[in-house]
Amino acid sequence: MKKKHRIWIGATLAAIAVAAAAAAWVIQPALAPVQAPSPDDFDSASIARGARVVAQGDCMVCHTAAGGSPYAGGLPLRTPFGTIYTTNITPDPATGIGNWSLPAFTRALRHGVARDGHLLYPAFPYIHYTTMSTADIDDAYAYLMTRTPVVARAPDNELLPPLRFRPFLAGWNLLYLRPGPVADDPAQSREWNRGRYLVDGAGHCASCHSALGPIGGERSPAFSGGHIDGWDAPALTALLQAPKPWTRDQLAVYLRHGWSPEHGAAAGPMAPVTHSLAQVSEADTDAIATYIMSLQKPAAAPTIATRSAMAATSVIAKGDPAAAITRPSTGDGGALATKGAALFAGACASCHGVGAAMMSAGGRPSLAFSTAVSSDRPDNLIQIVLNGVPWAHTGQTTFMPPFSASLTDAQIAAVAAYVRSDIGRRPAWNNVERRTADIRKENQQ
Amino acid sequence: MSTLTVNGVRHTLDIDPSTPLLYALRNQLEMNGAKFGCGMGQCGACTVLLDGQPVFGCLTPVAACEGRQVRTIGGLGSADKPGKLQASFIKHQAAQCGYCIAGMVMRAQSLLEQHPHPTEAQIRTHMEPNLCRCGTHMRIIAAIKEAAEGSKP
Repeated sequence: MKKKHRIWIGATLAAIAVAAAAAAWVIQPALAPVQAPSPDDFDSASIARGARVVAQGDCMVCHTAAGGSPYAGGLPLRTPFGTIYTTNITPDPATGIGNWSLPAFTRALRHGVARDGHLLYPAFPYIHYTTMSTADIDDAYAYLMTRTPVVARAPDNELLPPLRFRPFLAGWNLLYLRPGPVADDPAQSREWNRGRYLVDGAGHCASCHSALGPIGGERSPAFSGGHIDGWDAPALTALLQAPKPWTRDQLAVYLRHGWSPEHGAAAGPMAPVTHSLAQVSEADTDAIATYIMSLQKPAAAPTIATRSAMAATSVIAKGDPAAAITRPSTGDGGALATKGAALFAGACASCHGVGAAMMSAGGRPSLAFSTAVSSDRPDNLIQIVLNGVPWAHTGQTTFMPPFSASLTDAQIAAVAAYVRSDIGRRPAWNNVERRTADIRKENQQ
Repeated sequence: MSTLTVNGVRHTLDIDPSTPLLYALRNQLEMNGAKFGCGMGQCGACTVLLDGQPVFGCLTPVAACEGRQVRTIGGLGSADKPGKLQASFIKHQAAQCGYCIAGMVMRAQSLLEQHPHPTEAQIRTHMEPNLCRCGTHMRIIAAIKEAAEGSKP
C-alpha cells in the first residue's frame, strides 16, 4: 500500500515537473517590435556571408510560393497533420519580419518562438537551426533584412483542430528541442566538424532524410530515409550499398551540381536543395560530403544480382549489341516487362537508350545506377515519369519532359517493370499501377 | 497490328508498337501537321492531343495510344474552313516560319477546352513547353486570347 502511494506521489511530482517545464515553453514574452532596419545598418561583408548561410539553410525553397516573390512565403507544406503555409520572411513590417529585432530572429531560430511570443510549428526546422552559431544567425539576419520587402500574408493554416492550439507545441519542444550550439568533436577533423555543423544545423538534412514519428518528430537513427512531398528521401546511411557505392568526391559533386556522372541527377525536392548548395563555398559541400560519408553502414558484399548488373552495364557501355538481357519469362512480371520494353523503346530510349546521343554527350550513367531504379520503393521512379524534371533555370540544367498525359497508370507500371528488371536487375516492385494512381491523386492536392 | 484512333477515325497499322506516334501519323497516315523538331520532348513541334491532353508525339509510342483518342491539327479544321483557334492564329499572323504552329495550336486547344477563359498568366504557363524560334510569342498569346474571348463566358 505504501509503495503504491510512493509511486503515485512520484508520478504526480513528475507530471508537475513536466507541466512546469512545458509551461516555461508556453509562456514566451512578445519581444518589442523595432523600426524596420535600413540596408545601411548592416555591414556589406555580413550581408554577403548571410547569403551563404541562407543558401546553406535552404530558406528560399520553403519560404517562396510557386511563382511568388523570393522569401515572401505562402508555399503550402502538406503534412500528415494538415497544410501549413510558410510565412513571409522579407523585411515588410506588417506581413513579414520587418519589425523583428535580432534577438527576436535569434529566438525564432533557436527556440521556435515568433516575435509576438507564439510558438512556431516544427515544420520550421528550428530543432536544427538552434545549433547554428551566433555569427551565422547574425549574418542570416543581415541578409534577410536587406531583401526587398514584399507585402504578402500567408493563407491561414489548414490543420486538424487540436493542433491549432499552439501551446501544445511546448510538449513537443520538450521532447525534440535541444537548444543551442553543439560543441565540436575533438576526435574528428575540422572538416568533419564543419560538415556535421552544416548537416545537423542550417542544412537540416534529417528533416527529410529521417522517418517521422507519430507526432512528427524525427525518428532515430537519423538519416535512415524518409518520405517528403510524395517522394522518397533515401537513407543517407546506405550510400555504400548503392549499385555503385558513392564516394565522398562523387557526393560533393552531386551536392554542388545537382548531378553526378556516376549516379545521375537530383530530382524532386532534392533538386532545389542542390540549387541552393551551388551557392555555398566548395569547402562547405566537401565538408557535408565528408560528414555524410562518415555515417555509412559498411557496404554489403555484392549480390549476384548487382554483380550481373555491373557486368551487363559495362558490356552495354561498350556498345555490344549482343548484350542479351534476360528477364523472368514466366508469370505476369515477364509479360508486363515485355510490354514495358516496347513503351520504353518509344518513350524513353531516345534519351536513355544505350546508343542515345544524350547518353554519350552528357556522359550519363546507366539508369541501373539511379537511386530511383534501385530503391526498394517505386515512388521516385513514378514521380519522375509522371512529372519529368522541370526546367529549373536558364543555364545548363537537367531536364526531362513529363509523361503524365501520354502514359496511363498501367503503362507506367509496365515501363517500371522493364526498367527495374532489365536495367536495374532488381526484384520486381509490387502494385506499381495502384501506387501510380495514388501518387497522381496526391500530386493534384 | 496496332490500332490508332485519330480524329475519330480508327486505323489498323502494321507497325512496331514502339514506333513514336509522330512517325505513325506522318509516315503511315500521311498526316503532316505535327512536325519533328527535337525528338526529345523539348520543343513541342510534335504536340498532339491524347485523350484531350497535350503530349509530345515524338515520345509517345503507338503502343501507349491503344484504345485512346488522338487528335491532330487536321481535326480542328482545314485550310478552307479553319477552326476558331486556327482562324485566330491566321488573323493575328501568329506564324512566321510556321514550324511550331501546329504544336502551338494543339497545346492552346487543350487549354481552351479545360479553361475557356484563361488569364494571360495561365496561357503563358500552359504554353511554356512549346518553343518558337522566330519569336512570335506575343502574337501567339494574342491569338489564343482572342479565340478565348470569342466564346461566351
